Order: sequence, then structure tokens, then C-alpha cells
Amino acid sequence: MAILDKHAILEKNVTLLAIFAFLVVTIGGIVQIAPLFWLENTIEDVEGMRPYSPLELAGRDVYIREGCYVCHSQMVRPMRDEVERYGHYSLAAESKYDHPFQWGSKRTGPDLARVGGRYSDDWHVAHLRDPQSVVPESVMPKYGFLEERLLDGEHIGDLLRTHRMVGVPYTEEMIENARADFNAQIDPDGDTDGLLARYPKAQVRNFDGRPGISETDALIAYMQMLGTLVDFSTFTPVASR
Amino acid sequence: MAKKPTNNQEPDTTGHEWDGIQEYNNPLPRWWLWLFYATIVWGLWYVIAYPAWPLINEATAGYKGWSTRANVAAEIEAAREANAEINARLASVELEAIPADEELNTYAVSAGAAVYRTWCAQCHGSGAAGVKAGGYPNLLDNDWLWGGTLEDIHYTIAHGIRNEEDPDARWSQMPAYGDILDSEGIDQVVNYVMSLSGTPQDAQAAAAGEEIFLDNCAACHGEAGGGDIYQGAPNLADAIWLYGGDYETIRETVTYSRFGVMPPMGGADLSEAETRAVAVYVHQLGGGE
Repeated sequence: MAILDKHAILEKNVTLLAIFAFLVVTIGGIVQIAPLFWLENTIEDVEGMRPYSPLELAGRDVYIREGCYVCHSQMVRPMRDEVERYGHYSLAAESKYDHPFQWGSKRTGPDLARVGGRYSDDWHVAHLRDPQSVVPESVMPKYGFLEERLLDGEHIGDLLRTHRMVGVPYTEEMIENARADFNAQIDPDGDTDGLLARYPKAQVRNFDGRPGISETDALIAYMQMLGTLVDFSTFTPVASR
Repeated sequence: MAKKPTNNQEPDTTGHEWDGIQEYNNPLPRWWLWLFYATIVWGLWYVIAYPAWPLINEATAGYKGWSTRANVAAEIEAAREANAEINARLASVELEAIPADEELNTYAVSAGAAVYRTWCAQCHGSGAAGVKAGGYPNLLDNDWLWGGTLEDIHYTIAHGIRNEEDPDARWSQMPAYGDILDSEGIDQVVNYVMSLSGTPQDAQAAAAGEEIFLDNCAACHGEAGGGDIYQGAPNLADAIWLYGGDYETIRETVTYSRFGVMPPMGGADLSEAETRAVAVYVHQLGGGE
């Protein structure tokens, strides 16, 4: 066939071969990746998702810094055993404010996508100090030192701004009040109206029971929120997914 | 494609020649070629059968209508249906009659073990031995704060302890004696409590602490310190300690009191059958009365 014979031209010209190979890979890539950006059902609309509160975001940074994602996934897969153990399978929308996402790829420890509210704050404090004291078979290292590391929230507004640059819809108001909100979430006796208006369902407590805002406070605030935002009573899964 | 050569025939060459070396144009092995064609056919079928091509609003669904979400929903429904009958029986029979019914008991213990591992093991431990450092009670022994009959355990699981979520939660609160007794009085009563099940740190103080104990503690813990399951007052005379039985720990307990909480159903939303199953499981661990 004439067209197949033309193939010899490509085979004998390395530059031309590179150009055509690039074209083919590009087309394949565009077909696979590009639709995800406009397909309406890639990320379903669910009620309740909001950007992380400043304290939760700081806790998320601790989570990333300590490499928690190496042993803990945040992705409940749609399988019966996982749904019965961890709760409703994860939705794309639940990771939409994650930059980068924390799905992880290995479960040395349990999945944490729905760990919020599963344990008490006291349990988390005891567990971070000495994981084996509450879970004897655990191989998790100790993270008690996080309690000694206090956060002043000086750059928390910048952190929010950075996340806005990559697409998280933090408003100007949220960024202006970032430090106030950061401090308010740890103080149950303080004025939390603004915080709760900006970040509905934010949990206000002194998480580690000690004075000051420690990294433990931030980390527990983050974990106690995980998986609790979406209102599943209003969620109907699209069957075609 | 070149023809398959017969045995005595030289195969075709491609016509290329480099420094006297020629390239045969042998045909591909038949089995390989047919597998190759088969994968192409299979690929076409796969694209039609399963979700594949992204269109404007959603991807093509595929004629088989396959969906991960529908599958998991169907699996869960199938499991629920398969157990519906025995669950209904478990939820409706007399609670105390469950252990005598062999079929029901076997089912309840295994179903309860699964519920336990999901919702209770976090605090009580995967082996149910509790965690003394956190004040999470041991469920294996026969020392019960709120009673160890099947009914008692079932009630505790269903309503929890000292929580705001359930108005019927079990509730008791020991005063913090740091506000009531002076430091010496606390020292004396701590020593007396230690003497109930072992050796006090200071025998003289222990003797002096008896009166303080009878005036302040005996109303709930009993004159002999035997506790009262109706008030959730722990037995202080059995050498089994919820938070620890050394001087420092008891002193902390007396000074600041303790306030261990348990959410109803461990924070889950269990059905009556699941609640009963886990009660039966805990009851048969060894300490059930």
C-alpha cells in the first residue's frame, strides 16, 4: 500500500520521526487529560465543602511536613469492606481544595479520609505522644514534640494567599482575618462568629488542652475536620460514574 | 506482508544491504499475529462495553452499564439482605436469651467482633484489654463500672457514658477533692484507698484517712470501697485500676477527679441488631455476668 510505504520516510529521518511521535503522544494526552477540565461530572457539586480554616490549613502543613501521607491514605475506595470500615467512599469534591492532594498510596496505618470525630481530642493527644499506649500493635513513631512547638500564625495570611494562587477560593476577607481566625479556633470562650461564618462546621476547642497554639492543636483540628464537611443527606451519587 | 516460505526456499529479503549484510523479511509467527489481531478486536469491544470516551458533559457509559458506585451499593445491599432475617431475629428476641440460642449466638459474636473492631477497638484496644494510661476500661475482666450483665452492657453501648449526644447516657461525676480537702487530707485518703487493696505508702496516714473516706467517699464507693455499679462508682478494693493504682495516679484522681466519656455506640450509628451483637461479643469476652 502506498501510504504504508511512505512510513519509510519517517523511519529514515530522525527529526521527522521525533516530530510525528510527539504529535501522536500529544493527541493521546489531550484526549485523556483535557476532558477532565470541562466534564461536568469530574467533580460533582456537593454541599458543605469549604476551604480549610487557617488553623486546619496549618495542621495540614504539619501533616505534610511529617510525611503522614507516606503511611496514611486519604481515599476511601468504593468497595464494601472500605465503606463499612471507614464510611462513605471519598468524592472528588472532598479533595478539591487540596494542593497537593493527600490521597497517598499506601496504608501502613488506617485511612484518614473520614477520621474526623472518630476519636476524642484526648485520644489524639495520647496517641500522638505515644501511639503504642493506645494501639499496642501500632508501628507509628511518637509525635509528642509537636506539643512543644508553638505556632504564632504570623504568616498564616500568606499561606492562605498562596493557596489562592493555585485556585482555592479564599476571599480577601478570609485572608485579612486569617490570623484572627487562626487564634479564634483554639479559644472556645472567645468570639467565634466571624470564624464560623467564614468556615462553617469549624470546630472550636483547645484541642491539646494546653496553653498556646501548638502544632498538635493544628494537627488535631485538621484531623477532626477530615471527612466531616460534606452533608451526605443531600448527596445522590450519579450512577454513571 | 511476506509469504511464509516453504522449507527449501530462501526467504525474501527487505532489499536493504549494509556492508554486505542483508535483512530477511520473514513473516511474523502466526500465533503472535492472531493474538495481535485479537487484542485489537478486544480493545474495540472494551471501548463499547465499558465507560470510555469523554464527551462534552460525561463519558460514554458503555452498553454493560458498569459503575463502581452502583456495584458497591449493590454489594452492601446484598449483604444486608442476606443477613436481614437473622438480624431481625437478633433485634427482636429477649436479650438474655441470645447466648442460649446457638445459631443466634454464633452470628452475634462474629458480627459483634466486626463492629467492635471498627468502632470500639480505638479506645478499648483490639484485644479489649483497655488502656490504663487513657482510662479506657478493660473489657476482659469481671470488674464492671456500670454492670456486666448483657442488659447492662447493651445499655452502656447504646447510650454511652457522660456524653451530650444522648440524654439517657450513663452519668456520674466525682467531685474534685482538690477543692474540698487540704493537701494532708488528700494524702491520708489516698493512702487509705491504697490500703483497701494492698499496701499504703504511709500506714499512719492510711489509718487517719479512714474517717475522711467514710465521710466523703463511702456514699458512692461503699463503706468497704466495693463500688456501686448503679452509680458507676468503681470498686476500689479489687486492685483493678482504671487509671492506675500508684500513689501519684490516685492522688491525681482524688485531686482533679476523672471524667472519662464514651460516645453512644462508639460514635457510630448502629442498628439495634448491631448494638446487640457487639454487646453479646463483649459479654462473652470473659467478664460477662
